[in-house]
Amino acid sequence: MDEVLDKILENYFENDGNSLTILQDIEKSYGYIPEDAVCRISRKLDIPPSRFFGIATFYSQFHLKPRGKHIITVCRGTPCHVKGSEKILNRLQMELDIPRGEDTSEDLHFSVEEVNCVGACGLSPVVVINSQVQGQMSINRMIEEINKLRALD
Amino acid sequence: MDKKDIVIKVCSGTGSLSAGGKDVLEAFRSLAASTGTQAEFRDRCTAHQVGCRGFCSRDVLVDVIINGEKITYELIKPDMVPRIFEEHILQGDPVDEWMAGEQHREFHAAQTKIVLSHCGEMDPESLDAYLASGGYEAAHQAFVRMTPGEIIEEIKRSALRGRGGAGFPTGLKWEFAGRMRSKEKYVVCNGNESDPGAFADRCIIEGDPHSVIEGMMICARAIGAERGYIYVRDSYALAVKRLGLALRQCREHGFLGSNVFDSGFDLDIRLYPAPGAFICGEATALMKSIEGKRAMPSPRMWRTAEKGLWGRPTVINNVETLANVPRILGRGAEWFAGVGTENSGGTKVFSLTGKVKNTGLVEIPMGVTLREVIYGIGGGMVEDRAFKGIQLGGPTGGCLSEAFLDSRVDYESLALAGTIMGSGGMVVLDETSCIVDTARFFLDITQAESCGKCTPCRLGLRRMFEILQRITNGHGRNGDIELLEDLGSHIRATSLCGFGMTAPNPVLTTIRYFRDEYAVHIKDRKCPALVCKNLLTYSCIQENCTGCGLCKKVCPSDAIRGTRKKSHKIDQDLCVKCGSCFDACKFDAVLRE
Repeated sequence: MDEVLDKILENYFENDGNSLTILQDIEKSYGYIPEDAVCRISRKLDIPPSRFFGIATFYSQFHLKPRGKHIITVCRGTPCHVKGSEKILNRLQMELDIPRGEDTSEDLHFSVEEVNCVGACGLSPVVVINSQVQGQMSINRMIEEINKLRALD
Repeated sequence: MDKKDIVIKVCSGTGSLSAGGKDVLEAFRSLAASTGTQAEFRDRCTAHQVGCRGFCSRDVLVDVIINGEKITYELIKPDMVPRIFEEHILQGDPVDEWMAGEQHREFHAAQTKIVLSHCGEMDPESLDAYLASGGYEAAHQAFVRMTPGEIIEEIKRSALRGRGGAGFPTGLKWEFAGRMRSKEKYVVCNGNESDPGAFADRCIIEGDPHSVIEGMMICARAIGAERGYIYVRDSYALAVKRLGLALRQCREHGFLGSNVFDSGFDLDIRLYPAPGAFICGEATALMKSIEGKRAMPSPRMWRTAEKGLWGRPTVINNVETLANVPRILGRGAEWFAGVGTENSGGTKVFSLTGKVKNTGLVEIPMGVTLREVIYGIGGGMVEDRAFKGIQLGGPTGGCLSEAFLDSRVDYESLALAGTIMGSGGMVVLDETSCIVDTARFFLDITQAESCGKCTPCRLGLRRMFEILQRITNGHGRNGDIELLEDLGSHIRATSLCGFGMTAPNPVLTTIRYFRDEYAVHIKDRKCPALVCKNLLTYSCIQENCTGCGLCKKVCPSDAIRGTRKKSHKIDQDLCVKCGSCFDACKFDAVLRE
């Protein structure tokens, strides 16, 4: 871990970065914000960890728990809501056995997240599967896509 | 057959890419590069990507232009490409059945494209294409031939106003920042478009990133800034990618860096991927975010143009505002002012969505009526159902009723009606949309996105949301409407930033214009639009039921009883109101009320 963190700190000093850019680098390196990483950085920079966690919990970009290998984001914008995104979301959580109140399955294979709007409203309902925007989604197609991902593993 | 110039343009916005636009482009490219084509046309047959043209529901859209004559195809899939190539391009005989029809013409006919003029026409990843259309001439002029005073004067005369929502005159903002004496000044492009249902900024950046950069360069020159930030939502992956590429191209060509255009001025523009929070669209919160802090708005003791980023004079302009700037310098302030109304020049881009036939990105001159947008460009209501209302300006905007269909779309008229221009979301509602449910939906977003600094906004919005929730669940109480009004007006009056001041809008405007619908939900426990699940009942119409048993099969809670070929019954105690039987019944025998 130290090696990665040293590199992040190097970047911080070189590009006159700030607490937020450090967190962005951590998120990029680990896929989430490990508590341990924040504590180490905070000791090295003499900035209280609470400042980092305050920022990390404020923005939707940061995650405090490990995320799944495949990330499925369901758009919850107005047009998608009108066209039934909630049904897709509920079905996904059921299909992937995601515990209530969580967004990642226990085997860390899938994360199901929500986003306010991805700005592809002409194609609602929209689901983003591993950064690929997929429009005019239906429950049946969603299940097909999941099976494709499962077949990859 | 000789001397034919053939250009193939394939849409490449987020919408198109998800519909397979990349494969369509590749298919055209490989056919254009094939030996047969090369032998016949040499290099006069080219296929390239263009930015989004706003009509994403018909993607993939393809233009085939032969000697300047354009034919547009819609809903194209890669396997359709060879036939278009063979019949249209080689034999000169367009494929009629795939051509975009009346709907496409209607959608574009009533629009005036200024900001979106490049989108759908040129390759957004090519600097050469932008230069060929006169790109960076306005910036060159601003750096080499004009004084900052002249630029500001020109922008002021154009009557350009901030497209982020509040509509502050852009020229005036630049003047405030220009007057300040400071060694460091900043120009920031606000691309934190987070309104659900708004995607204008995303399309502009994806389709024409250089216009935004050029607008920033002109602003930087006018106010004397040497550093700029483009603050764009991290979840707009394609926009972030194209902006990064465009910035690199500019640096390589010397449009950015030291001694821009040999004018002696330095300018560096950096991309700042926004970490994602609705509130970051607010100016003071956005600056906190760039400074690396929690994005909580602060009291506006000074204008940001006077004391902004790190306490230095900072101009924050919206993506669309900046994209207008090169056009104003290029074609003149008078022309621009002539397009809009007296108080606001130019056009505004709206994201038209909801229950209209044509949804997508539309650009209209300021001052056009809502009726013209909905029934002209939008092609009217889906299935010709009755118009009910229109939500303008995103989740902090307001919902207008039919009485306002003839009101004009400009800052003053909309404010008078109780809503805002906002970021340009237009969600059209019809008789099958429930007003209370819509208000609840918006409050659900705003109560979660409140930054938490001011109590009225943090707790008040939450309470309003809970009241709306109980109304839509059938537990509304007498006095709830008055309570919502009271809470809403207090939140409006006592919040620090524009977010809290506008967040109660959806509730307050819907109560103002659709009070009866709230009353029916509370007193009669009914939802006239048949949307609120807990207020519905499903029953079987005995005369229509043939006893086919389909409903029984789809019911997830075994609530339907009956023997085959005899009419069925729905057990209200077991019914979970999912509506599966209603959707499945082929004989209209399920009554939903």
